[in-house]
Amino acid sequence: MTTNPKKLAKQPEHPLDDLIRTDRIPHIWCPGCGIGTVFSSCLSAIKATGIPYNKFTMVSGIGCSARGAGYIKLDSFHTTHGRAIPFATGIKMANPELKVIVFSGDGDLFAIGGNHFIHAARRNMDLTVICVNNLTYGMTGGQVAATTPSMAKSTTTPLGNPDAPFNLPLLAYAAGASYVARWTILQTRDLTTAINEAISRKGFSFIEVLSPCPINYGRRNKEKPLDTLKLYQDRTIIKNGADPAQADIDFAKGVVIGTFIDIDRTTCDDRYNQICRPCNDD
Amino acid sequence: MAFWRVPLDAQDIQVTRGTVYIIDDRCKGCGYCIEFCPKDILQFSDKFNRKGYHPPVVTKPGECVNCHYCEIICPEFAIYSVETEPAAVSK
Amino acid sequence: MKPAVLTGEHYITGDVACAEGAIAAGCKFFGAYPITPATEIAEHMAERLPDIGGTFIQMEDEIAAIASILGAAWTGVKSMTATSGPGFSLMMENLGLAVCTETPCVIVNVQRTGPSTGLPTQTGQGDMMQARWGSHGDYELIVLAPSSPQDCFYQTIRAFNLSEKYRVPVLIMADEIVGHMSEKVVIPEASKIRLIDRPKPTGRKDRFRLYEPGANGVAPMPAIGDGYNIHVTGLTHDERGYPSMTVEAQEEMMARIKGKIRNNLDDIIETESYRMEDADIVIVSYGISVRTGLSAVDQARAMGYKAGLLRLVTVWPFPEKLIREIAARVKGFITVEINLGQVHYEVERCAGGQAQAYLVGSAGGKIIHPDKVLECIQEKF
Repeated sequence: MTTNPKKLAKQPEHPLDDLIRTDRIPHIWCPGCGIGTVFSSCLSAIKATGIPYNKFTMVSGIGCSARGAGYIKLDSFHTTHGRAIPFATGIKMANPELKVIVFSGDGDLFAIGGNHFIHAARRNMDLTVICVNNLTYGMTGGQVAATTPSMAKSTTTPLGNPDAPFNLPLLAYAAGASYVARWTILQTRDLTTAINEAISRKGFSFIEVLSPCPINYGRRNKEKPLDTLKLYQDRTIIKNGADPAQADIDFAKGVVIGTFIDIDRTTCDDRYNQICRPCNDD
Repeated sequence: MAFWRVPLDAQDIQVTRGTVYIIDDRCKGCGYCIEFCPKDILQFSDKFNRKGYHPPVVTKPGECVNCHYCEIICPEFAIYSVETEPAAVSK
Repeated sequence: MKPAVLTGEHYITGDVACAEGAIAAGCKFFGAYPITPATEIAEHMAERLPDIGGTFIQMEDEIAAIASILGAAWTGVKSMTATSGPGFSLMMENLGLAVCTETPCVIVNVQRTGPSTGLPTQTGQGDMMQARWGSHGDYELIVLAPSSPQDCFYQTIRAFNLSEKYRVPVLIMADEIVGHMSEKVVIPEASKIRLIDRPKPTGRKDRFRLYEPGANGVAPMPAIGDGYNIHVTGLTHDERGYPSMTVEAQEEMMARIKGKIRNNLDDIIETESYRMEDADIVIVSYGISVRTGLSAVDQARAMGYKAGLLRLVTVWPFPEKLIREIAARVKGFITVEINLGQVHYEVERCAGGQAQAYLVGSAGGKIIHPDKVLECIQEKF
């Protein structure tokens, strides 16, 4: 049954309300935008880890996805475009006890922030990087991004994107990430489990989440939000352990999702302590 | 739920039931909960919320199985379900 | 473990003295990227920081270096980076982030000849205006200029103290000569070094407002994990720290960011005077050019001119009031700097026509010879 809003005092709270800055809800994301779902999944994962909330911090760059840091009721940082990862690196190396989550978008993490991404992955910096991939630069109106599919329409490629997009899981794996997964917003429970795994493990964990951008990508490319979700439902194949080289995004042939890479590798802060700090028995 | 004959372990099997709560003013009318509810118990209502969207309304209150899918797919934190007394299976 | 403060006499370069000053000030994080002539600061910190419980990390570029020190600052530690001209230009966006979020940190620019790649191994002082105005938008920050290795040691400690007290990034504008010359540096005992830490919040965590100023206009700064659930953003924000896209919020935020510096000029501005009591020709200089000025003052005095030297230790905020006061009683100023006129324009502006203002500059590359200053004195006065 639905309850009259005036009776909210008797109605139980939304289960995630203790982690949301409810004074800023409703948030800025458009109707049908998947960022809210990824964000909600991330909060559920944070709860599920059982780790005390004050051990967490969220860092983001600039963009629609990056606004997530403004809605989480934990220590959070909304930094400059593309620079969330080095900012997070500074936090992690200065205080390795913290669980640092980077929550940002594909343009922020892989175009302007590409260099920082590959180096953090190379060093296996103990971060959880959640990339909301909506195949475009949403906040600024739908320009072509490094992940925009070939021939897709955008404001800066009005006749179709001439370039090929990145294969993000392959890029992350090649750079050295020790956990690489891709889900869509439809597989919400798998996504929550993946984020939980990523937070709980040590190492550079990269989770790409496909999400619709109904206004700036969808409308230009004749995809209503439910059409995009239909694609996620019909044209994705869960293949855990798949070769990241097969993970390019082509909905015509089918998009693989799942956990591709999950290996054990010592982290940057562990190795720094082992190698660069003096022995205590000097 | 109706069966053509009652299963022998009908007293042991209980179907979870839930109550759906909707925070009308957070809804942006995206329709995901309505589309993906496995029991099809949500529909767009005719009323408007503060921002002019049509929030969902539960059309078949006794049929929610507390799967929480509306809760986790909703991008707006506007809908969630809470477990209630399980229903007994009967003919 | 080696002690943090290496009390005693040393014969070291300005770069190393700067690093030792940072360690003495309690710096526990250094985000590095190599660039001539600042690389030695990073190298020295790489050796020393792990010894004293700090962390050193070399990042992939200068933008990452400054971003990492801002992140580290929010975990509660004092952090620093060092660079030169080209890297300084790269750091500008995040310098703005530091100012807007009121993050304390120290950034050293060991200046070299610009523009662009320029003369990488030779001195310059051409980044002084960039230090003040390099990032976009309006803001206020503190810029110091050391003029010897000993000075590098002290000014770095002072930089950390000012940055913690006012929650502002502090720039140390050294130059290649000061950075690479070796001189005697005396490091005092740790107990004699006065350190300032950032104000910490007290009171109820759920009522805490991240940017509500304290008594001196500076808001207390919690660290990540203290339980204050802060949101820090580069967007214009209100006192809670939440983005607030209104003109009123922008005016309030700017008043707070500028006010904490402008209302404390007496504490922040430091200058030194040499033979200024009866001077009517004032040589204004900073950094390595101070040596040119000192020599010129003595030689000019010997020639009968009443010359004096005003050394700018704090270059920004600019000592406007002092220059105006001096302008009322002297014939003129000569700004000596290794650039084609930067601080000179500030001196000229503040002299306001009451006194003449001349520049003895250079395109960069080497220290200015005192003879050039004497030529100027003889020609103009």
